[in-house]
Order: sequence, then C-alpha cells, then structure tokens
Amino acid sequence: MAEKEGILVIAELSPAGAPDAVTLELLGLGARLAASSGKQLQAAAVGIDTASAAATLIASGAAAVFTVEGSAYAAYDPDLHVTALEKVVEEAGPSAVLVGNTTVGQDLVPRLAFALKAGLTTDAVSLEMKGGALASTKPVYGGNAMAVFVSRGKPALASVRPGAGDPAKPDASRTGETVKVDVEAPSPRLSFGGKVLEEGGDVRLEEARVIVSGGRGLGGAEGFEQLRELARLLGGAVGASRPPVDAGWWPSTQQVGITGKIVSPEVYVAVAISGSSQHLSGISDSRVIVAINKDPEAYIFKVSDYGVVGEWQQVLPGLSSRIREILGV
Amino acid sequence: MAELNILVCVKQVPDPEGPPSAFEVDSAARKVTPKGIPPVLSPFDENALEAAIRVKEAAGGSITMLSVGNNLSKAVMLKALASGADRLVTVEDPSCDQEGLDAFATASLLAAAVRKAGPFDLILTGRQAADTNAGQVGLGLAQLLSIPAVSVAGKVEVNGGTARVETVLPDGYEVVEASLPLLVTVSHEVGDLRYPSLMAIKKAKTLPMETFKPADLGMEPGSLVINEITELTAPNRERRCRLVEGESPEDAGAKLAALLKEDKII
Ligand SMILES: Cc1cc2nc3c(=O)[nH]c(=O)nc-3n(C[C@H](O)[C@H](O)[C@H](O)COP(=O)(O)OP(=O)(O)OC[C@H]3O[C@@H](n4cnc5c(N)ncnc54)[C@H](O)[C@@H]3O)c2cc1C
Ligand SMILES: Nc1ncnc2c1ncn2[C@@H]1O[C@H](COP(=O)(O)O)[C@@H](O)[C@H]1O
Repeated sequence: MAEKEGILVIAELSPAGAPDAVTLELLGLGARLAASSGKQLQAAAVGIDTASAAATLIASGAAAVFTVEGSAYAAYDPDLHVTALEKVVEEAGPSAVLVGNTTVGQDLVPRLAFALKAGLTTDAVSLEMKGGALASTKPVYGGNAMAVFVSRGKPALASVRPGAGDPAKPDASRTGETVKVDVEAPSPRLSFGGKVLEEGGDVRLEEARVIVSGGRGLGGAEGFEQLRELARLLGGAVGASRPPVDAGWWPSTQQVGITGKIVSPEVYVAVAISGSSQHLSGISDSRVIVAINKDPEAYIFKVSDYGVVGEWQQVLPGLSSRIREILGV
Repeated sequence: MAELNILVCVKQVPDPEGPPSAFEVDSAARKVTPKGIPPVLSPFDENALEAAIRVKEAAGGSITMLSVGNNLSKAVMLKALASGADRLVTVEDPSCDQEGLDAFATASLLAAAVRKAGPFDLILTGRQAADTNAGQVGLGLAQLLSIPAVSVAGKVEVNGGTARVETVLPDGYEVVEASLPLLVTVSHEVGDLRYPSLMAIKKAKTLPMETFKPADLGMEPGSLVINEITELTAPNRERRCRLVEGESPEDAGAKLAALLKEDKII
C-alpha cells in the first residue's frame, strides 16, 4: 500500500495492452501536480494482462500501479470497469484522479464519480493543485467562459482534454510497486455488437499539421472538393463545422468543435465559417488561424491571425494557384 | 409488456447559438448573464425528445418531460411538450438555479423526481448541456438509479423489453443492446426535433403538469453540491488579424499565399 496520498492516473490501454498517448500525457501532468503538492504519482490499469502496462507506467513516473486483471476486462464495459476502478480508488485513497477525456473516458468517468460520490470536472484544459486540492479549468457556455472547479471532499476527479500536457518521457531505470487489486466482476448488463468504422478523411484531423475546414457558407458538397485540393497541396486534412456535417456534405468524423474533434494544428484555415463559440472551442490551440469569409463583420476574423474578406469561390482559386507556384507543384 | 413509459430530461439554457457578445461573464459573481437571447431547450435535449417521439411512434407508450430549474419558461416547455410529449414534471425553486447546482445535486434531484413520478422504462437525456458542457448528469442519474446506461446515441430503438442503441464513435458507430429499464444519452445524430403544429401547441396547455419543490422530494439542493466554481473568466481567444486585400478576391487569395510564405507559415 502506498503511504502517501496520491494523484491517480487511470490508464487507457490499447487492445494490445499498452498505455495510450493520452495516458502518457496524464502522467506528465500528474507528475507536475504531485511534485507541486508533495504527493505520490499513482496509476491504475485494468485489463486481461497488465504486467507490461504496469512496467510502462512505472517507467513513465508512477510510484505505484494498481492493477485489476481478468479475462472479463478484454474490452471496455462501463459496469465492469467502474466496479474495478471504484475498488482501486478505495485502496489507493488518492486526492485527485485523472482520466483522459476520450470516448471511453467520457463514458467512464461520470459513472465512476457518482459511484464514489465525488466531484468531477469533465473536459479540463488545465489543472493545478491549490492548497492540496485539485483545481480544474474547463470551458462552459460553449467556450464563452472558462470556469475553475474545486471539489468539496476527496477525491476530486477530472477528465483531461487530450493535448493538455506534455507526455512523460519513459525511463526504464525508474522503480515502483505494483499492487494487485482483487475485484469480483459484476455480470454485464450491456451487450456490445462490435464497432462499425466509417470512412474519414485522408489524414487524421488530430494529427494533421494543416487543417482546411469548410462551413455552411460552402453551400454544398462540391465546395469541399476545392478544400480538398488546397489541403492536398499543404499536406493537410479537411474538416468542417457542424452544419456541413448535418447536411451530409462531409463525413461526421471530420466535425471540428466542442462536440467534434478538438484540434491543434500549425495552421487552421476556416473557409465560410462564422466563428461560433462551439466551433472556436475546438480550434483555439491552433498556432495560426486563417479565415476566408465574405462578411467583414464575421466573428472568425476577431480570432484569426490572417484573413481575406471575400467569396470563397473567388478567393480560393487565387490562394491555391499561388501556393502551387510557391511550392513548385 | 405494459405500456412503455419514457422519460426525457430537458434543461432550459440561454440560446447557445447566440453571439459571443450575448454571454456576459461576471467574474465577481462567478456567473454568466445572457444578454438579449431567449431561453431554449438545450439542443441535445431536443434531440433526446425527438428520439423519444420516434420510439413512441414505433413501439407505443407515453412520454414524460422532466426539468429542474428556476423561472422555467412556459412557452419553451409548452412548445417542447407539443412536439409529442404527454406530461410535464418540473422541480422549480430559486435554489435550483443553474448557478446553485452541480451535476451531483442536479442528478440527485432528477433521481428523486423519477422515484416520485415514475417508474420509467426508458430515460433519455442530452449527451451534454449547452451551458455546463459537462456530460455528467445523464450517466450520473443512471448510477444513482442503479440502472444501466449507454452514452452518446445516434439512434434509439425499442423492441419489447429490449433497447437497441447505436452509439456515435469518433470513427464510426457501435450497436449496444440492453434490457429495460435503461438510460440513454442522446447526440444530435438522431435528428432535429420536429416542429409542433399550432393545434398541438394549443392542446399542450391541457396536458398533465406537476411541479415539485425540492422540499417535496426531501432535498436541499445547496447541501448536495460537491463541485464548485471558484473562478470564472472570459476566454482570451481574440487575436490580431492581418486582413489581406487585393485588386480582386483572386488577387487577395494570391497575396495571402505570398504572406503566409513570407511569414514561414507554409
Ligand atoms: C451544444 C452545441 C454543440 C455544438 N457543437 C458544435 C461543434 O462541435 N462544431 C461546430 O462547428 N458547431 C457546433 N455547434 C453549432 C454552432 O453553434 C454553429 O451553429 C456552427 O458552428 C455554425 O457553423 P458555420 O460557421 O459553418 O455556419 P454559419 O454560422 O451559418 O456561418 C456561415 C458563414 O459563411 C459565410 N459565407 C457564406 N457564404 C459565403 C461565401 N460565398 N464566401 C465566403 N463566406 C461565406 C457567412 O458570412 C458566415 O459567416 C454546436 C451547437 C450547439 C448548440
Ligand atoms: N436541470 C436539469 N433538468 C433536467 N435535465 C437536466 C438538467 N441538467 C442536466 N440535465 C440533463 O442531463 C444532460 C447532461 O447535462 P450536463 O451533465 O450538465 O452536461 C442534459 O442534456 C439534460 O438532458
């Protein structure tokens, strides 16, 4: 058993059993929080076989890893995972629990918080320890305000937006203890029929260095072909605001914003997008934002670094052909 | 199986499609004051109501709408009822104002109201409310009621005592099945809420409506709060925009490319 109160990171494991990229970011963040508050960095892993995950978690800074193992944990099942993690939190007694704000994290962490009767802040973009308590900042009102939340009582839970911290650098010389937690898995209540994957864009939005996105003002699916051309020149991906997705002009996997993908490219080009707070919430970490819009009053210009006022039908050909000249393609 | 009892949890919020200037951030009072925008049903709750109406059309049953809040707009609730619900239950009190509640207090009030007004076979909520952007209350309510839950549905169907839900994934979807009672959080992929006819809006006034006070449910909302806002600020997202002009829009596009090259952006 750990002697110190901890910051507990719940690891998300790949099908092969390795901690994913978000988990390493959480360990990076968690190490900083632990150091600033004199707490121990802990991790939890639930899976069929957690031995190699535990080794990676320790190498990435966890002083103690709590594991729950069993064939029942082959795939994510909220009821089983919540029961397992509830037990882990009881044993570890952390003051803060961090989870990635991923598809699984979003499904898991509200259930876990309510099972523990603990406070939770979802989609936290930054974390801090204040007087020994976790303070989590998140957007509210669609990004029109930023709120800092602190919980009464312990532990405080936060699901953290991917990209909010620098990943921990694994160091195989680190040591830590592994604590096996025995849990009786409840019988499943949900039956999962398997995932059906849909075709997305050519480059994954989350990894794209350049994103060219289109909005309602594109007026139809044809406009997206022109965006694709520009994106191809720049080696980027094509995204969309919500209306083109709702209208079926572009795949829903490519929606950018608070209920779509949160992106942080080097360059984000917003074409015929007005700049709603819900859209901006998903792009505010972009290094450079470029806007093309026919309305000089469009809010998107206030949050952009470069802009052209004009009809995209006319601006885009000029932009694309000059880029082609510049790049010599 | 007896008639399907469906519950939809709906929250009233300031219209989230309002311009950023309509959301005045009062850092001292730690609250957001909407300026010149009307209250509406939180958009994903409209989708949840639409999903409920489709289930009712296919499988029969009745739909109860449940809302916790303060100063709920009659017009907003009647219009929603008129789109296809059968009954309204509200928990209203100054202590149920958005600022006074967190997810735990809200879900606790909803759970108590469910116990009083239920039982329900299928409970639908939005995937997240437009003000909190939290995505906690639905799954939390299921936890408090000890019923299974499925999150972020793009489609909901009920056949006999079983529900079939398609959940929305970042790169596709998954089919999840479960026996009732079940809670499902709903995403916009299910489709927009239909418009009610004028006739239906008139008729909605005659539908059964009940209002509880937190005390009727044996609850004191303030004492249930776990997560508190300690600071609230306006986001600093504004940047200085260099507007590129040209002799024509095509030329402006070309000049933009040249400038991006010059600044080593591309
Ligand atoms: C709870 C909730 C969640 C949401 N989540 C998201 C989300 O994740 N992502 C998202 O994007 N939205 C989201 N929305 C929707 C959001 O509020 C806006 O409605 C949406 O972002 C607007 O998209 P848009 O800018 O493309 O369209 P509009 O606001 O209609 O803007 C279209 C723009 O195109 C310009 N235009 C028109 N014609 C031309 C032309 N020929 N040339 C150049 N410019 C032209 C217009 O000037 C205008 O500025 C959400 C809403 C809610 C309530
Ligand atoms: N005050 C409320 N009254 C009724 N339903 C609510 C209330 N607050 C939240 N909900 C439901 O819970 C969902 C998620 O809310 P949240 O966790 O705040 O994002 C909403 O979409 C509603 O369906």
